[in-house]
Amino acid sequence: MTAPISSHRHCERSEAIQSVTHTALDCCATLAMTRVWVWFIALLALFALTAPLAAQDMLPPAPYAYKQLADPKQEAKAQALMETLRCLKCQSQSIADSDAPMAGDMRHQVRTRIAAGEDPEAIRQWLIERYGDYVSYTPQVKPITWPLFAAPLLFLALAAFLLRGRFRRSKGA
Amino acid sequence: MIAELGLAMLWMAAALAVLQLVAGALALRPATAHLAGIVRPVAMLQGVLVACAFAALISLFLSTDLSVKLVAENSHSAKPFIFKLAGTWGNHEGSMLMWVTIMSLAGGFVALIEKRLREETLIATLAGQAFVSLGFYAFLLLASNPFTRLAEPPPEGAGLNPLLQDIGLAFHPPTLYVGYVGLSIAFSFAVGALVTRDVGPAFACAMRPWVLGAWIFLTLGITAGSYWAYYTLGWGGWWFWDPVENASLMPWLAATALLHSCSVLAARNALRTWTVMLGVIAFSMSMVGTFLVRSGILTSVHAFAVDPTRGTFILALLAIYIGGALLLFALRAGTVTEGARFAVVSRESALVFNNVMLCGILGIVLVGTLYPLLTEAMGVKVSVGPPYFNPVSAVFAIPMMLVMTVGPVLRWREDTGGRITWQIAVPALVMAAALLAVELLLAPINLLPALGLAIAPGLAVASLQPLVGRNLRRTPLPIYGMVVGHFGIAVALFGMASEGAFSTERLAAMNPGDSQQVGPFKVTLSAIDPVAGPNWTALQATVAASYAGAEPIVLHPQARTFANPPGNRTESALLTRWNGQLYSVLGEEGEDGRWQMRFWWKPFVPMIWYGGALVALGGLLALLGRVARDVRRLVAIDKIAWRRERQGR
Repeated sequence: MTAPISSHRHCERSEAIQSVTHTALDCCATLAMTRVWVWFIALLALFALTAPLAAQDMLPPAPYAYKQLADPKQEAKAQALMETLRCLKCQSQSIADSDAPMAGDMRHQVRTRIAAGEDPEAIRQWLIERYGDYVSYTPQVKPITWPLFAAPLLFLALAAFLLRGRFRRSKGA
Repeated sequence: MIAELGLAMLWMAAALAVLQLVAGALALRPATAHLAGIVRPVAMLQGVLVACAFAALISLFLSTDLSVKLVAENSHSAKPFIFKLAGTWGNHEGSMLMWVTIMSLAGGFVALIEKRLREETLIATLAGQAFVSLGFYAFLLLASNPFTRLAEPPPEGAGLNPLLQDIGLAFHPPTLYVGYVGLSIAFSFAVGALVTRDVGPAFACAMRPWVLGAWIFLTLGITAGSYWAYYTLGWGGWWFWDPVENASLMPWLAATALLHSCSVLAARNALRTWTVMLGVIAFSMSMVGTFLVRSGILTSVHAFAVDPTRGTFILALLAIYIGGALLLFALRAGTVTEGARFAVVSRESALVFNNVMLCGILGIVLVGTLYPLLTEAMGVKVSVGPPYFNPVSAVFAIPMMLVMTVGPVLRWREDTGGRITWQIAVPALVMAAALLAVELLLAPINLLPALGLAIAPGLAVASLQPLVGRNLRRTPLPIYGMVVGHFGIAVALFGMASEGAFSTERLAAMNPGDSQQVGPFKVTLSAIDPVAGPNWTALQATVAASYAGAEPIVLHPQARTFANPPGNRTESALLTRWNGQLYSVLGEEGEDGRWQMRFWWKPFVPMIWYGGALVALGGLLALLGRVARDVRRLVAIDKIAWRRERQGR
């Protein structure tokens, strides 16, 4: 039960939630998962050697990881974008809610790019190119995500249909 | 000895569940109807036996019997009493035994007290309950035996995860379990009623207290879980649309819909098939939640594929129960008529609208939670998060809340808008005024928080309207329950919208002596000192926070380091005022020796959880009112029977 806590200490939220809801059984799963993650992170680190976005735990945090932009409008823009980007090292946390060094580096990237006047959606695309769709909490409109967008429409249509049927019948009563 | 005794009692209870199922099923045939007499006592005995098995496990944990594998892996002799106790269910096997215990005790309780239902329907219900329990007995005895012994006991136990050694978290799982299991009783009632085609007001009245009870516990569990996430995670978020959170939200949504359709069925004998269907859906959502959390599929589809035994078991149970219930539903739904009819403008209509919208939200959450798992299995990883859930669920939630303002003042069966002009106009005016104020007086804010800030005050006013013109001393408790519950929704909505609209964040690198402005607060870092607790050491910041120039209040955010097992945890410090919370976190030391501090000023954020507590309180009032009436009724029936008996003599 000890391994998951020490291995990625920065993702307290996922650790804690797992410990609470999963428990003994799931800790086995967590251990297995940790192994998967180690590989995943190793792969990422490999990419990081060539990519400008170096996520290396040993380095001090990038300047804008824990520093806000001076212009409140730009900071609000950056904050809004960060809340929709996933921390790749954690479970179900945005980079705006994470202590993981990698999330800090991504926050730095987002803030410096916003400060340089880049469009938030362009930054999102830039990150998606590097890390895949997984990094964006806003689902991208692609064939694979069509069902996600169809579902609400389907439910609305179903709701309209159910309500209509109900009202018709009651009119006759 | 105690472990073996516990296991034996568990097997006996499982055998009794088989008996309960078989006898119950046979009793429904005329030829073997005499078997009906044993179903009730068997159900009660089964409950007692499982409770004893659970007590045996508790005593093993309290005495730290390390020869039992589960105790050795999850406990430690030096733990405080309360965490030895909570350790009983702080693991997979123990928590499943707790699930079965609550379920069988509830079944026994139904057998003991339920007198409104037709005997046949009750027997079918108990048989259904035994059928559901059997699956969990099989899971427990075949795939997760809590009483397994070790050949060589270790000298000391492995201990409980320090994150679980938190008094709130010790009681969080039981709270949600009671909710889940309460819905299993509703499910059994629905199945029983389908079997005997006996869906009517009596069925709704029998089912309603169980749905209410389950719903109260789910509400409390979700509210407490949200607050825990808020204060422990150190970034001020209170809801993340995390699959684990969604797993608890889905049964709550279904139970909320069921609660309201139950009222229609009990009062008006309408919406029969719909209510039964919701009973099935509500428990299905509990099972889906259990599957998501227990199978390990959430951490990764691949982790699930590595050790699928338990996950597959739960998935099979899910398929059997839900598939079976839906099949029964499909076969019988045609023969259960929909019941009394009603006009377009009527309280029934408003409740139907509420139900459909709740089911819409439920569908969205279900799709958004499961779809990423599906695509991951197909080899594509996508994320579905707040940018999807927030606007899409609002599409359903906003119309629902608008209808909620008028629903409670509409009459049953048929009504006209003209009769309640004032009751419509007042909340509408309040909402319009609030929206205008938000748009004109405040800095531009996002659409959803703005709508929330506008709707909440109107909803709060509207929720009190059912009390207008009533004699308050003679108003039944369930009416008060409804008023308090709806008011709680308005309060929580206001807190959520305010948090979204007005939060201010301040990240700063500070030396002792430095000050920062956070919203209306001036915060000064006075010192950073090392401190030590029973099983941790920490760096503790001393922060003086002064609200708009007032006398400063001292806060102590900490960065804790745990030794055994090793781990770090931020301990945020909160300052609560009537109009919001100051949230402070101590981060790491920077290269230049300054400390990373994080502050948030979140106006009215505690109203989210006050609102949740009010909703649960509303449920409690309604439950008390219903139970009190049932008790009075039972006493009256007994009196009549006693008088008749005396007269007969």
